[in-house]
Amino acid sequence: MDSLTLQFVPYAEIEGLSSVKRIQKLLKIVKHNKIILLEGRLRSHEEAELIRRTMEEIDEKFKGIELSVVNPESVDTDFFRKLRVLFVNMLLGNRSGFTIIGPATIIKEIKQDPGKIQLFMQDLQKKVRSRRKR
Amino acid sequence: MINVFRRFLQKFFKNMFSKKKRIKFGLYGPPNGGKTTLANRICMDWLGEEMGSVSNIAHETREIQIKEEVTIKNKKGNELRFNLVDTPGIATKIDYEEFLKVGMKEHQAKDRAKEATKGVIDAIKWLDDMDTVIVVLDATKDPYSQVNITIIGNLEARKIPVLVIANKIDLKKADIKKIQAAFPQYHVIGISAKFGKHIDEFYEALFKLTG
Repeated sequence: MDSLTLQFVPYAEIEGLSSVKRIQKLLKIVKHNKIILLEGRLRSHEEAELIRRTMEEIDEKFKGIELSVVNPESVDTDFFRKLRVLFVNMLLGNRSGFTIIGPATIIKEIKQDPGKIQLFMQDLQKKVRSRRKR
Repeated sequence: MINVFRRFLQKFFKNMFSKKKRIKFGLYGPPNGGKTTLANRICMDWLGEEMGSVSNIAHETREIQIKEEVTIKNKKGNELRFNLVDTPGIATKIDYEEFLKVGMKEHQAKDRAKEATKGVIDAIKWLDDMDTVIVVLDATKDPYSQVNITIIGNLEARKIPVLVIANKIDLKKADIKKIQAAFPQYHVIGISAKFGKHIDEFYEALFKLTG
């Protein structure tokens, strides 16, 4: 029976790392076919760098990633609450919300809107069968 | 002595004008949003020639394409001159097997996938060189994808002016309101790059964006 591994990565685990090391760490986990549930989010330039590094790593086995950030504060329109979040983020890093990163061979698609998030999984059996045929 | 002074002046003015930077307008977005169709529309409208080939298969544009010195005019007679940069679609995954499904041979599919990954890398590298960016989204697709959010987040962090285009409004499934709801802080214009619908509104927005 196939199993799915979800690895929780607390923000404290990446807090002291440089951007390069953060991305290396996250990609290493994903390349072991695990889905990461990261507390908080990466900086915007780190997200772009994660995509860039992912592209460099793509081969016949590793097809890329699915990525999604769930940030409940982004839908909050209260100015003072936004200001408070900004201040906390400046002091403690971007811990609000969470980030899901998974291998594209396992996650087909992540659909999100401000209220919910849906993970659509790949039909792995079908993929294996089609590969065997070839 | 006079000749030396004259040569100095000639060199000074030559350098001053040759280094004058032309504004770079970048077309960014996920694959198949219609970036090259919009680039072709702009180039056909103002230069009378197309910029690149378009296809229904994703990752048709796999290299950065630049059209230099595009000049557009508005109703008031003002001119806007820029270099247009069409970039490959940014994606988080590229699977060569997807290209097999549309009838490509295995080696063609693998080559296309490899070129597409390089294209994404180049598009990200070029973000720093842009003066203004037009984010082209397919109005029939879900705008809440992380690629869209990451592109816009990076432009915001770099303080690059952004115009969001909801393309393909000629299609029944198009939903501009959904794109406006996803990016409320930006001016969103619904167009059909293919048929030129609302294209004048788009050109007017370019003038406003550059001040």
